[in-house]
Amino acid sequence: MSDTTVDPRYRRKPPKRPLRLSWADERVRGIVWQILVVGAIGSVIWWLWSNTVHNLEVRRIATGFGFLNREAGLPIAESLIEYDPTHTYFRALLVGVLNTLKVAVVGIVLATILGTLIGIARLSKNYLVAKLSAFYVEVIRDLPLLLQLLFWYTILQGLPGPRQALQPIEGVFLSNRGMKMPALVWENAHTAAMVAFVAGIVLTWLYARQARAKQMADGQPRKVWPAAVALMAGLPVLTWQVMGAPWEIDWPALRGFNFRGGMNISPEYAALLIGLVTYTAGFIAEVVRAGILSVNQGQWEAAQALGLRHGSVLRLIVMPQALRVIIPPMTSNYLNLTKNSSLAVAIGYQDIVSIANTTLNQTGQAIEGIAIIMAVYLSISLSISLFMNWYNAKIALVER
Amino acid sequence: MTQTSRSTFLRAIGAALIAGAVSAPALAQQPAAGGSSPTVDAIRARGTLICGVNTGLAGFAQPDSQGVWRGFDVDYCRAVAIALFNDPDKVRFVPTTAQNRFTALQSGEVDMLSRNTTWTLSRDTSLGFDFTGINFYDGQGFMVKASLGVRSARELNGATICVQPGTTTEQNLTDWARASRIQFQPVVIERLEEVVNAYLSGRCDAYTTDVSGLAATRAVQARPADHVILPEVISKEPLGPLVRHGDQRFADLVRWVHFGLITAEELAITSQNIGQAANDARPDVQRLIGRSGDLGRMLGVDNAFMVNIVSRLGNYGQIFERNLVPIGIQRGPNALWTTAGGLQYAPPFR
Repeated sequence: MSDTTVDPRYRRKPPKRPLRLSWADERVRGIVWQILVVGAIGSVIWWLWSNTVHNLEVRRIATGFGFLNREAGLPIAESLIEYDPTHTYFRALLVGVLNTLKVAVVGIVLATILGTLIGIARLSKNYLVAKLSAFYVEVIRDLPLLLQLLFWYTILQGLPGPRQALQPIEGVFLSNRGMKMPALVWENAHTAAMVAFVAGIVLTWLYARQARAKQMADGQPRKVWPAAVALMAGLPVLTWQVMGAPWEIDWPALRGFNFRGGMNISPEYAALLIGLVTYTAGFIAEVVRAGILSVNQGQWEAAQALGLRHGSVLRLIVMPQALRVIIPPMTSNYLNLTKNSSLAVAIGYQDIVSIANTTLNQTGQAIEGIAIIMAVYLSISLSISLFMNWYNAKIALVER
Repeated sequence: MTQTSRSTFLRAIGAALIAGAVSAPALAQQPAAGGSSPTVDAIRARGTLICGVNTGLAGFAQPDSQGVWRGFDVDYCRAVAIALFNDPDKVRFVPTTAQNRFTALQSGEVDMLSRNTTWTLSRDTSLGFDFTGINFYDGQGFMVKASLGVRSARELNGATICVQPGTTTEQNLTDWARASRIQFQPVVIERLEEVVNAYLSGRCDAYTTDVSGLAATRAVQARPADHVILPEVISKEPLGPLVRHGDQRFADLVRWVHFGLITAEELAITSQNIGQAANDARPDVQRLIGRSGDLGRMLGVDNAFMVNIVSRLGNYGQIFERNLVPIGIQRGPNALWTTAGGLQYAPPFR
């Protein structure tokens, strides 16, 4: 807005009042109250802190974070980074953080997909599909999550032992030790192919943007998919070919007590993931349903009157409006899923809570241990919130 | 289950905060130089001893069908209560997990722990505790299903092993695996019931904890013979009661209750014959039953405290026989040094 259009009345400032040092002055009262409240909160915090330090000293309980550099000596079943018990507590806790992220990130993606499908299914005109979805949502939401986790863990423990493992597909073994799958022996060429794939996504996005700009200019729609296939599939395959096309599979085989080789999804991780995904999907389904219902029926009809197909109506007209309703509660569900992953302790998945608990037990430094757990969850939650708020602002109605 | 797992964590937080901040001023005073003990004063004012025990381990601490706590560790709590109040029921038992037991003691939620706890240097120092003696010499072992056909822990290479976190057990396991070049896959579950379930369901090939704990778990199975405790003992686990560091008077009392029980067995004083002990001419016996030496008063309790304890609970051997022999634990290293060449030995009760 340029200056010329501004109403001069809005630029006029209120007359300045001199600050009188009197209780009758609103501003003086405000300042006094704020000082008092901040002072009270500050002294409570100081009292708690000094008392804590004093008592830890009196009881000769060690304090500080020096223990992080000591050898941990605790066994961890699954880890995304190299770890053995000779590593430090710091590394053990890092493994815990990564394990929490591993279940949270995968869980959020799967819960969003499953929840959206169920939410849309509940609006289906098909009676059976709609009622089944409604039944799912009601049952899942009404049972405590811990109970569900123990249920899944018990089911997975009920699978046969490794020597009688089920083999649904050649090379895939299901047993009470988890799911064993053949794994690719990872080479540099595969890393390069992954990089090429990410580059392909970026290039496709740029291409699509350009195509849209051209469509805006001359009204002619342009096909994006041939370029997308070439960039996202062709580029990685080409890179892999150029680098020698290594292709070696590590097949799991029963040796001694357990399967060796291949990759493994442990029953603990699987139970936690299934439990969190099915539970959170129940809530997400309701959020999605509410979002879609919030879009006025007239919008559908108007879009159809323009001759758009059903899919295009959903993608171009309804979803952008529904997302504004969906995103804020979705953030809460993502945060809930992340925090609920701390129930992992009960079924033996070693997330940050489990490892920090063990650490504080072995070192006796409870306050530091709890502080670490709180810091980790706060960081993860704030990151999710920041990202979702950014996304929310991006899709929000631009008011003019 | 829901409540317990969650509350363990919450209690750890709660206890940590309480330990640090809130309840602290009352407990913070240093013990007086002379006779009084702040812990004993607090217990007497309250009228009950608060004793941290296991959540339920056959033979050591477990409520019976009437809800009365029974077991070896429980009897040690009762012995201290008898010394203070001449009443074995003036104890409140607080079940503690491996994870929350130390915060419970540090924060003052319990007066003492009598809970299969291994005496280690770091627990004695940086955790701020005093161990008052060793009432059970234990060691860590492995239990496997008999159907597995494993006869020795050395055959466990590649096995999946169930273990509870937050214990010396967990560290001993990794130390042993490193020393004997054995690869294993851990399954770490906090609750005793859940970890035992994981072992029974076949999620793990082996379950490891102190041999006494293995025997207790094995004894309550429908067919104990289906489970084999392997012969290897991979660690030293001296178990005993512990109290907060800083109140030496209370530590002395708990320590000498234990030594009194051993002394009674050394002198062959039992719950049956302690009534006639007044007629026993041996000076050691006269001191134990408080007819000479004024020893009880030195500890701040009645001179006849050992008479009260032994007449109700029996001596060390009787406590052992009543609680541990039925679940298949023999005296072994816990026999008396003086008569059977074991490790249990009391300094002179004088």
